Amino acid sequence: MALTGLDIYKLLPKTNCKKCGRPTCLAFAMQLAQKKANIDECPDISEQSKQTLGAASAPPIKLVTIGTGDRALKVGEENVLFRHDEKFYHPAGVGVSLSDSLPEGELDKKLEEIAKLRFQRVGTEIALDLVAVQNDSGNKDTFARVVQKVASHTNLLLILVSQSQEAMAQALSVNGLASKRPLIYGANSQNYEPMAKLAKEKNCPLGVYSSSLEEMADLTEKIKALGVNEMVLDYRGKGSKDALQGLTKIRRCALRKNFRPLGLPTITFLKDQDPYGEIVQAATYLCKYASIIVLNSYELWQVLPLLTARQNIYTDPQKPVQVQPKLYEVGQVTPDSPVLFTTNFSLTYYSVEGEVEASRIPSYILAVNTEGTSVLTAYSGDKLNEKVVAKAMNNATVAEKVKHKKLIIPGLVAVMSAKLKDETGWEILVGPKEASGLPSYLKTTWDRHGKKG
Amino acid sequence: MQIPNVAEKWSGEVIVVTIGATKEEGGTRQKVVKVGGASCIPFMDFEGNPGHKPAIAMDVLDTPPEDLPPALLEPFKDVISNPALWAKKCVEEHGADLICVKLDGIHPDKGNKSAEEAVKVVRSILQAVGVPLIIWGCDDPQRDNEVMPKISQATKGERCLLAAATQDNYKNIAANCMADGHNLVTLAPVDVNIQKQVNILVSDIGFPLDRIVMFQTTGALGYGIEYAYSIQERERLAALSGDKFLAMPVLCNVGYESWRSKEAKAPDEEAPGWGRAAERGPLWETITAATLIQSGVDILRMYHPKAVAAIKKHIDALYANGN
Repeated sequence: MALTGLDIYKLLPKTNCKKCGRPTCLAFAMQLAQKKANIDECPDISEQSKQTLGAASAPPIKLVTIGTGDRALKVGEENVLFRHDEKFYHPAGVGVSLSDSLPEGELDKKLEEIAKLRFQRVGTEIALDLVAVQNDSGNKDTFARVVQKVASHTNLLLILVSQSQEAMAQALSVNGLASKRPLIYGANSQNYEPMAKLAKEKNCPLGVYSSSLEEMADLTEKIKALGVNEMVLDYRGKGSKDALQGLTKIRRCALRKNFRPLGLPTITFLKDQDPYGEIVQAATYLCKYASIIVLNSYELWQVLPLLTARQNIYTDPQKPVQVQPKLYEVGQVTPDSPVLFTTNFSLTYYSVEGEVEASRIPSYILAVNTEGTSVLTAYSGDKLNEKVVAKAMNNATVAEKVKHKKLIIPGLVAVMSAKLKDETGWEILVGPKEASGLPSYLKTTWDRHGKKG
Repeated sequence: MQIPNVAEKWSGEVIVVTIGATKEEGGTRQKVVKVGGASCIPFMDFEGNPGHKPAIAMDVLDTPPEDLPPALLEPFKDVISNPALWAKKCVEEHGADLICVKLDGIHPDKGNKSAEEAVKVVRSILQAVGVPLIIWGCDDPQRDNEVMPKISQATKGERCLLAAATQDNYKNIAANCMADGHNLVTLAPVDVNIQKQVNILVSDIGFPLDRIVMFQTTGALGYGIEYAYSIQERERLAALSGDKFLAMPVLCNVGYESWRSKEAKAPDEEAPGWGRAAERGPLWETITAATLIQSGVDILRMYHPKAVAAIKKHIDALYANGN
C-alpha cells in the first residue's frame, strides 16, 4: 500500500529545519504523499529511510526492458485497469515463435515471412516486435546456431525459449547476443536458480512461468533474492477463461493491492491450433492484460488485425486520434466531383469517408485541421471557423482540383454558411447533420443542385 | 504464498431482457433468447455471475445488397435474394441465436419499399425460422416512423427487439413497442450521457426498463473501436455500480461495420501486403467482435459464418465450467 503522509513523517528527521523550503517536516511529508515533492529535497534524511520510501513509491508494476536502445521494448508500469481511467502506457509486445528444429530451407522461408509482418495504418507503421526461438530440438548446439542465425537475419528482439540451462548458457554466449538483452525464458520452480544466475550474470530480463499464481508469487520473491528484478510472468492457464482470469488477477493484485510479488509485466504464448482461435485469444489477452503476446502462426491476415487492435486499445483516450489534415480523394474523382469538408478527428473523418464510399459518388473530402476534435466541439472551441476552412482550402489548392465552386459543409455548422461564403466566394451547400445522411444527400441534393451550373 | 483476494464486490447487475415468445407466451418462436444478467466484469465469474452468454444475431437484408465483397457474398450467394431462405441458412447451418432483419429496402435511396412489403418480408422470416427476431429500420427517421409501427403491429406478441429509438425520435417507436409487447433498442452515438437520457425519456412514457437494449453505434477494428470499447466499458461499470438507467444489455453492430473496413473488403490484387481476402475479411469481423466483448456486450450483430463460428467457440470457452 502507498504510504500516508504520517507514515512518511515518521521516516523524516522531524527537525523542522525548513531546508526543503516547507515550514515543517509534516508539511513536507504531506506533499511527498501527494507526489508533489521529491525526497531528495531533504538533505538530512537517513539512507535507510530513503530506501524505505523509495521502495514504497516504486510503481506498482515494474517496467521491464527487453533489448537496448531505440528499438527496446518497454513493458509494465501500467496504472489502470480500464483505459478510460487514464490510458494504457506501454503497448504490448507482439512476437512469433520459431522452432530450432526447422530444416534450414524452411527456417530461411520463415525469416522472410517474419520480415514482411509490418503494415502502415493511419500514417504509422505497426510491426512485429519479437521472435521467440524455441529449443524444440533439445540440442544446445542446434539452439545456439539457430539463435545466432535469427539474430543476424533480423532486427527483432529475441526471446530465448529453453528449459535447459546449458542450452541457454550456450545461446547467450553467442557473440554479442547477451548485450542485446534478450528475454531469457524461462524459470520454473525446478530450474529457477541456474536461470536466475544466468539472467543476473548477463543482465537480461527473465521469464517466469507457472500454472499457479501462488507458486508464481513464491518464485518471483526467490528470484529477486538472487538479484534479478526484471521479470516477465507467464501464467499458464487451463483454457482461455482461466488464462484471462489469471492475467486479470495479476493486474489487480499489483494495482489494487500493491502486491509486489506479482507487480510485473506478463507474457502469453498462444498454442491454439485454429488460425482464427489463436488470434481471437491473442486479441482477448491484449485487452486484458498481457504485456507480451507470442503467436504460433503468422499469416499476414492474422497479424494485421492483432497489431491494429493493439494500436487501437493503446491510444490515449484523452488525445483524439487524428488523420492528416489534407484533401482526400474517394473514388475516381473528376473536376465535377463534389467537395465536402469535415474535421481531422479520425472518427469523424472515417464516418464521412465510409458514407461517401457507400454512396459510390466519387468525391473530395477536405479534412480540416481542428486538432482532432469533432465538428461541434471544434466549432464551439473556435477551432473551426470560416478562416480555418478557407485556409485549408487554399493549402489543398481545392480551386484547382474542381471546375465548380460549391462546398458541402456539415449540417451541424450550417450557421457558418454566410461567413464562409464571404470568406471563400464559394457557394455553400449545407449537408446532413449526421454522416449517415450523406449517401442520400449526394444522390439527391447534390445531383439536383450541385452538379449543374 | 497466499495471494490477495481481488474479487470486486458489485452492487448492481445487468438487467435480463427476454427476446422472442413461444406459443405458450403468445408468440410462435420455438425458443426465446435471454440476454444480460451479468454481475461481474465480463467473464470474471470468480466475483459474480457472468450472466447469459452474448447472443449472436446474424443480419438478413430485405433487399439484396449491392457490391458485397466476394468473401462475404460466397456463403450466401444462393439465398441473397430470398430473405426467408437466407435467415433459414443462418439458423440451421450457422447456428444464429437471433436473426436481425435489416429493412434497408424501405430507405428512400434503396428502393423506398412500402410498409406492406416490409411486413411481408418479416412474416416470411418468422415462418422460415424458429429463433426470435431483431427488426431494424433504415435509419431514415421519416420512413422508420411510417414503417416500424406497421412492423410492430404485424408481429404483435412475438416479443421482437425493434430498432431504434433516439433522443430526437423515440415516441412513435416506443409507444408501438409498448403496445405490441416488443423490446426496444435505444441508440445514442458514442455518448454515455445521451444514452442515459434516451433511456430516461422512454421510461418516462412508461416503457419498462427490462425491455430495453442499448446501442452506442459500433466502431470497427481500426475505425474507432476504442471509442465503442471504452463507452461500453463505462456503461458496464455504471451498471455494476447500481445505475439502473445504464443497466440494460448492450448490442454491437459488428458485421456491417467491420465489412466497411478496407482491411476486410479489399480484394487480393489491391492489398498484396495484407494476406488472403478470403480469410482477412472474416477474421477482421471476428477480432472486432472478440475485442468488443471484453468491454461488456450482450448481443453481437454479425455477417460471416466463419466469424460467427469462431466467436461462438470463443464465447463457449470463456463460459467453460470450473477452472
